[in-house]
Amino acid sequence: MVSFKKPDLDSFQERIHIATLFVTFCFLLLVTRLVWLQLVSHSKYALLAESNRIALVPAPANRGLIIDRNGIVIGRNYSALTLDVNAEEVKGNVDQLINDLSEIIDISPRDRRNFKRSLEDSRNMGTFPLRSMLNETETARFMANRYRFPGVEIRARSFREYPYNELASHLIGYIGRVSQRDKERMQSEIENSKADDPDALQTSFLPGIQYVGKIGLEQSYENVLRGVPGYDQVEITAGGKPVRTLSSSPSVPGKNIVLSVDIKLQYLVEQLYGNFRGAFVAIEPETGDVLAFVSKPNFNPNDFVEGIDSVTWKELNDSPQKPLYNRPLKGIYPPGSTYKPFMALAALENKKRTASQTIFDPGYFDFGNHTFRDDKKGGHGTVDMQKSIVESCDTYYYMLARDMGVNMIADFMKPFGFGQITGIDLQGEAKGVLPSTEWKQNTFKKPEQQKWYEGETISLGIGQGYNSFTILQLAHAMANLANNGVVMKPHLVKAIEDPFTRNRVLTTPKESYRIELNPENIEVIKKAMIEVNRSGTSAAAFQGTGYVAGGKTGTAQVFSLNSKDYKHGATAEFLRDHALYIAFAPADKPTIVIAMVVENAGFGAQYAAPIARSALDYYIEGKWPKEVPEWKRAP
Amino acid sequence: MEKSPLIKMKAVFFSFFAGLDRQLGLILLGLAAVGFFTFLSASQNTPVQITDELRNLALSFVVMWIVSRIPPKWLEMGAVWIYALGVTLLVAVAAFGLIKKGARRWLNIGVVIQPSEIMKIAMPLMLAWYFQKREGLQKTWDYAVAIIILAIPVFLIARQPDLGTALLVFAAGLYVIILAGLPWKWILPFVCVAVIGILLIIIFGGTICAHDVVWPFVHDYQKHRICTLLDPSSDPLGKGFHTIQSMIAIGSGGFFGKGWFQGTQAHLEFIPEKHTDFVFAVFSEEFGLLGNLILLALFFALIKRGLAISASAPNLFTRLLGASVTLIFFTYAFVNIGMVSGLLPVVGVPLPFISYGGTALVTLGFGAGILMSIHRHRRLVQS
Repeated sequence: MVSFKKPDLDSFQERIHIATLFVTFCFLLLVTRLVWLQLVSHSKYALLAESNRIALVPAPANRGLIIDRNGIVIGRNYSALTLDVNAEEVKGNVDQLINDLSEIIDISPRDRRNFKRSLEDSRNMGTFPLRSMLNETETARFMANRYRFPGVEIRARSFREYPYNELASHLIGYIGRVSQRDKERMQSEIENSKADDPDALQTSFLPGIQYVGKIGLEQSYENVLRGVPGYDQVEITAGGKPVRTLSSSPSVPGKNIVLSVDIKLQYLVEQLYGNFRGAFVAIEPETGDVLAFVSKPNFNPNDFVEGIDSVTWKELNDSPQKPLYNRPLKGIYPPGSTYKPFMALAALENKKRTASQTIFDPGYFDFGNHTFRDDKKGGHGTVDMQKSIVESCDTYYYMLARDMGVNMIADFMKPFGFGQITGIDLQGEAKGVLPSTEWKQNTFKKPEQQKWYEGETISLGIGQGYNSFTILQLAHAMANLANNGVVMKPHLVKAIEDPFTRNRVLTTPKESYRIELNPENIEVIKKAMIEVNRSGTSAAAFQGTGYVAGGKTGTAQVFSLNSKDYKHGATAEFLRDHALYIAFAPADKPTIVIAMVVENAGFGAQYAAPIARSALDYYIEGKWPKEVPEWKRAP
Repeated sequence: MEKSPLIKMKAVFFSFFAGLDRQLGLILLGLAAVGFFTFLSASQNTPVQITDELRNLALSFVVMWIVSRIPPKWLEMGAVWIYALGVTLLVAVAAFGLIKKGARRWLNIGVVIQPSEIMKIAMPLMLAWYFQKREGLQKTWDYAVAIIILAIPVFLIARQPDLGTALLVFAAGLYVIILAGLPWKWILPFVCVAVIGILLIIIFGGTICAHDVVWPFVHDYQKHRICTLLDPSSDPLGKGFHTIQSMIAIGSGGFFGKGWFQGTQAHLEFIPEKHTDFVFAVFSEEFGLLGNLILLALFFALIKRGLAISASAPNLFTRLLGASVTLIFFTYAFVNIGMVSGLLPVVGVPLPFISYGGTALVTLGFGAGILMSIHRHRRLVQS
């Protein structure tokens, strides 16, 4: 028996032994694996686990308000319930989803277009509102059907709103969703600032920035208005459900900007323009505060905030009225006769004329083999400086221009800001043209074009020829004159306001420089301009004012404001002259100067001056014209 | 002298535990403790209650205690019947089993049972019985018979399909056959083929895992599991997600672990089946390599003790049965840890005594009871 069993047992013991070895080998394999995972690759997996569990949730900062000089809010935020759709979860079947949703909630074709545009812009990443301003019924209906729509939720969002719609649209501008280009620009800003500010990356958490100022003050004061977006470090589950907030970097709201603009004045002027196109700038000469900055026609900036739909965009963009064009900032016009007071002052300062010196105007002026005509047939006869301004005598200025020469004119006009960037706090300002021999040399390519011809100087005297300035420049020059040569940089924002404490920090610039001018000479010009409104070209418009105002009308021949786009039928209207007007008031201590153009309106005295009169009446005396609806504060 | 109640109680207590192998008992107690504490953390955010785990542990203990009282002779006598019952039930499953998650594994006989579970014990019982019966008379064709005994239920289970259980049952039977003396000249070729096969799969993983390549004999989902193992990142959010996330959990645990209840992967639901099959990832994340080494040491001690008990068992039946049951414990542990740590493909194998699950605990308790019984009755036989 034993001899039978013994080998069996040995064999069994031997196999148990082998099994033990096998087990040991396998366990060592496991230990190796675990050492590999937990010691060698620990840091890699630790990092993976961290990034697994932590998500940064942006907390956008409240954008600063835009407030006019009297405290009226013209750019604000409102909170509304929106229907948010997570783009990543609806890939592919957007239309089906919107169709399903529209069974319970009204979704307009515009909403649909806007949403799809956002999706495309974002390359299908992120969450976008499909509908905003949901009412209670809609909210309740959606909540009841919520299970049908994964990736769709109702959220409270803050929206930008311009409560007066079209009013001051070019000035305020608008914000829009951050585009890929904006992102890249901000990214590079951050990278550039990183060197000197180690916190830059943290403080400018990009995903928290969803909107950015695209144009107007919203654009130029973007960094003030935006604030610093915050973020929450949130622990999330595998399903992306937030569990708890680990750390929170609260957002810092943007600061309010307080404008120098009087929005009621702005409103009044916009109303007075009616259907006319044009630009109007009013400045407080002592400070450089821009009181009104009108560009007609306007657009509604609210259309742009959530992305303008293509139909509205096409309408605005293709309109021959050019509603998107910021005329006072970018439109360049020949100043016409409004240039004459400055020419006269130049003559006095350069001693090319005295105030009492007279010329004889036969109604024309011959230079070389060209005859320059005066507006008045038969001429103004004997003309001194005051009469030249009051009656707007062209011959006087043809002669003056000839006597001064192009460069003397340019040297005098330059410090007034003609053909110069004013430095106003808006982007995209046009420079215009202050002609000089040097300018011509630099501007043209062919040698025969580069040469300045004496004959080209003559029409400069009456604000024609190569002269072309923005209305902002004209207003700025008028302010410099009214301010006796003290130059203040024009600006639209006068203070930055803390949103909590309401403390205001003035941003108004100090005096830029002084133009050395003889006060007697200034008096001559101002007196002449006052006389313009008393007995001159704009006397009719300024009958019976309770204050003394100086002014000067102008009529500029139309050159090219995109004449190629003009429709054939409308040609006649678009070829009419532009009516210009400049003014200052009250004469003894001006608190407001105006420069304006009414495009294709005809004579300045007839169309522009009455608008200026109403504006001055309101600004100086508080009189509201009967024909204009009362200003109503937005609810 | 009247015995004091305390001493009486003590006597009852000892007689209750009498015959239980102390070493094995302590190891099992250690594993059950690890299992319980891991369960507390891993069962967070699951519908499973602490009472469920306690009930399962108690049930497992009761099963072990009862089985430890059963003489191995009785098991030997019942082996064929248990096996026959198991196969009958498997046939019944194939005929009118319940289908869940695409597999026909369950049978409703008033309560829903999974007959393949019975096979895990029935298979070594049957084969050990067979070799005991043929002891001293063994011929080559005995192994052939043994392989048929093994193949029938494995085939039935594999076609449910339930590759994990089929492999375990197959392993349980194979251990008996090998330990019973299957000649090395038969074993070695298979080992060689297996090793070469695994190497080939690893080397040519890219080619054979291509979408349109159809593998013979295996289901599509099984092919996916193997391919995912070779390269989990090939499908990080789909088939590879489980493996990647459990590897992250283990790796991020480091040496000391994140601390009990502090595992982020586990508590933020990145680990699938975190209280059942993937519980090792939770344990690893929270207790680190240190905890893992202790756990592995416990399993190793369990296997060593089990093999020692089997080696000193009185007859072939108990020796084969004990060693096979012990190696089944090993297989569970190795396959589970290997799968959770990304060494082996994902198969539904629980970690013995740690994973939550009543059926597995009862089976394991039964196995532990067999070892206890063998140990207990060895002395009785010898004396």
